[in-house]
Amino acid sequence: MDISTLPLSATVRGKLISAGYTSISSLASISSSDLARDLNLLDSEAREILKVAFPVNGMDKVEGSHSIVSGAKNAWDMLHEDEFLTRITTSSADLDNILRGGISCKEVTEIGGVPGIGKTQLGIQLAVNVQIPSHCGGLGGKAVYIDTEGSFMVERALQIAEACVEDMSEYSEFVHKGFQAGQETMQSKDILRNIYYFRACTYTEQIALINHLGSFISEHKDVKIVIIDSVTFHFRQDFDDLALRTRVLGGMALKLMKLAKEFCLAVVLMNQVTTKVVEGSFQLSLALGDSWSHACTNRVILYWNGNERYAYIDKAPSLKPATAAYSVTRRGIRNSESSCKRNKMM
Amino acid sequence: MANKLISEMGLPKSIANVLSARNIRTAKEALSLTEFDLMELLDVGLAEVTSAVAHISAAVSPPCQTALSLMEQRIKNEEFSGHIPTKLNGLDEALCGGIPFGVLTELVGPAGIGKTQFCLKMALLASLPVRYGGLNGRVIYIDAESKFSSRRMIEIGASSFPEIFNMQGMAREMAGRIVVLQPTSLSEFTESLQQIKVSLLQHEVKLLIIDSMAALISVEHGQQAPRQQSLGWHISFIKSLAEFSRVPVLVTNQVRSQHRDQAPQYSFQDSSNAGDLERADKYDSRLVAALGINWAHAVTIRLVLEAKSGQRYLKVAKSPLSPPLAFPFIITSSGISLLDDEGFELRGQEISTIHFQESDTRMLNAGHNDITKFNG
Repeated sequence: MDISTLPLSATVRGKLISAGYTSISSLASISSSDLARDLNLLDSEAREILKVAFPVNGMDKVEGSHSIVSGAKNAWDMLHEDEFLTRITTSSADLDNILRGGISCKEVTEIGGVPGIGKTQLGIQLAVNVQIPSHCGGLGGKAVYIDTEGSFMVERALQIAEACVEDMSEYSEFVHKGFQAGQETMQSKDILRNIYYFRACTYTEQIALINHLGSFISEHKDVKIVIIDSVTFHFRQDFDDLALRTRVLGGMALKLMKLAKEFCLAVVLMNQVTTKVVEGSFQLSLALGDSWSHACTNRVILYWNGNERYAYIDKAPSLKPATAAYSVTRRGIRNSESSCKRNKMM
Repeated sequence: MANKLISEMGLPKSIANVLSARNIRTAKEALSLTEFDLMELLDVGLAEVTSAVAHISAAVSPPCQTALSLMEQRIKNEEFSGHIPTKLNGLDEALCGGIPFGVLTELVGPAGIGKTQFCLKMALLASLPVRYGGLNGRVIYIDAESKFSSRRMIEIGASSFPEIFNMQGMAREMAGRIVVLQPTSLSEFTESLQQIKVSLLQHEVKLLIIDSMAALISVEHGQQAPRQQSLGWHISFIKSLAEFSRVPVLVTNQVRSQHRDQAPQYSFQDSSNAGDLERADKYDSRLVAALGINWAHAVTIRLVLEAKSGQRYLKVAKSPLSPPLAFPFIITSSGISLLDDEGFELRGQEISTIHFQESDTRMLNAGHNDITKFNG
């Protein structure tokens, strides 16, 4: 491998090349003091270069057969982890079904759809549902809601939270058969208190916030979901250089993926749709282009099918492509049959 | 925030100097580049770049609020906890009190359906004294289609709130609070938007109306590409204007016709299936909102006004607050009034379609005569 692949500054790289170190293997058998002498650098700087060239070199290889490459895990262990992968319910059993239990933690899920299909509603629903305590079968976490469009409505969050509190008390009554549970019951105010809301007004703020999120979450360890509604808006409006846009978006996606893994939380990105011309006819597709579509692990598209709202799993390595109907009610996201029984809500 | 100067963020001197030497002065410039781009450009190591980026990010990222504090703040500081009532009881209930502050609310509908009537009424309501349920503020009314009629507005006022408008000099005071701008081109509109940004905060402005957005955009550009771009700028500007000053923004949008078979679908959807359902009207055209999907994503609430078999309906087509409801309405001397405050819930896509059936022309004509009578 060439040393130009290493994340080194241009000066250092220039020095290495002019001293004859053009490949990584040429650095393999050299000590830091020799390197420092050759490049006319401080010993500590040379040590930094070697650290960059050979990250965490195999000193600690003793821990078992599976660390052939440090940092790697074998597939069997990953399967084991998969079983403990926690999921956040969407409050619609059909939707949960095709998602195998809900939005999964440790993964980045993208949700797209036409205006008015219920993306924001689903986002708010998830921000509420992540807080369902463990004795009711939830995660008992907190939510970070990043609003780039200004469409987050506290009134709506309150409605959904109230419905969720009712459902939870119904559930615990059902489970404990009238026995008054010792745990404090959650109030809708508590739910709202546990939604951390950020309003990003420009793409710069959006990028900055995502960079900063790591340190925010390490202070608030119980955050279990990060919702960005929508990831698209600013990048669609005021970004002229499309190549740069792709790079910046790619970087952002990587950071989010890292967050998801590191803190074991779910990342949900809302995306808008755009029309594109395919073979002469107009087609709907999610915005931000083709290279972005590789950025997320899972992609769910919400769409109208006749008179029903449907969700379609467009891409997910561990799920099979499937569709499910759902509906948006006053109480939040629910199954679509329930909406048949209920005619008028007001 | 985005244009915050890096030199004022208290970065370590060495890296701050390197950044300014490379002409990277604002957070926007620094954060638009990836870390590797920055390393290349600044000629420093990865560790320094990451710590600098982290520092800049921390300085620029917006503050955190909890949803609870957000709600309490609104209830405490704002009239009607951040809503302007439309006085249409059913609609107000569906929207948790009225048109929310700080976001875009859009009215879509065919010509002559009552969009401007709605706007005129809202302008009055915002300028009404608080004791009569108004916001007691000024209104900026951007009239791009030259449809604003002071006479009609005062008429609406006089028949909805006779007790106020019969008072000596009140009509004059109310109307005096409504400032009408009539831009003739997009560039003129852009200019006045920038001026509005300043005056919104200085002069107790409680409502901004743009009637209509589509007229402004479509006059200027025939072609798709430049239209998209200039629209993009306006979308973010108007949205940030609304957000920043917490003023409700009411925007109207025209309609255009689209062929059934042009209606876009996702590639995975089975198009033959949809064709079966609607074979009868396959060659009919239908009405869609004039500004496309990018715009539709940007508005928070979309209200559709339509006429179906001679009956007019107001539909809450897109709203994070309410279920998909439709209300039949008529236009009277006091503006739009709902025939029934219950409304009915629509299932499926019906909520976002726009009908304009002229089958019962008699009734439509009658409706129009009503309006012209008031004007004359």
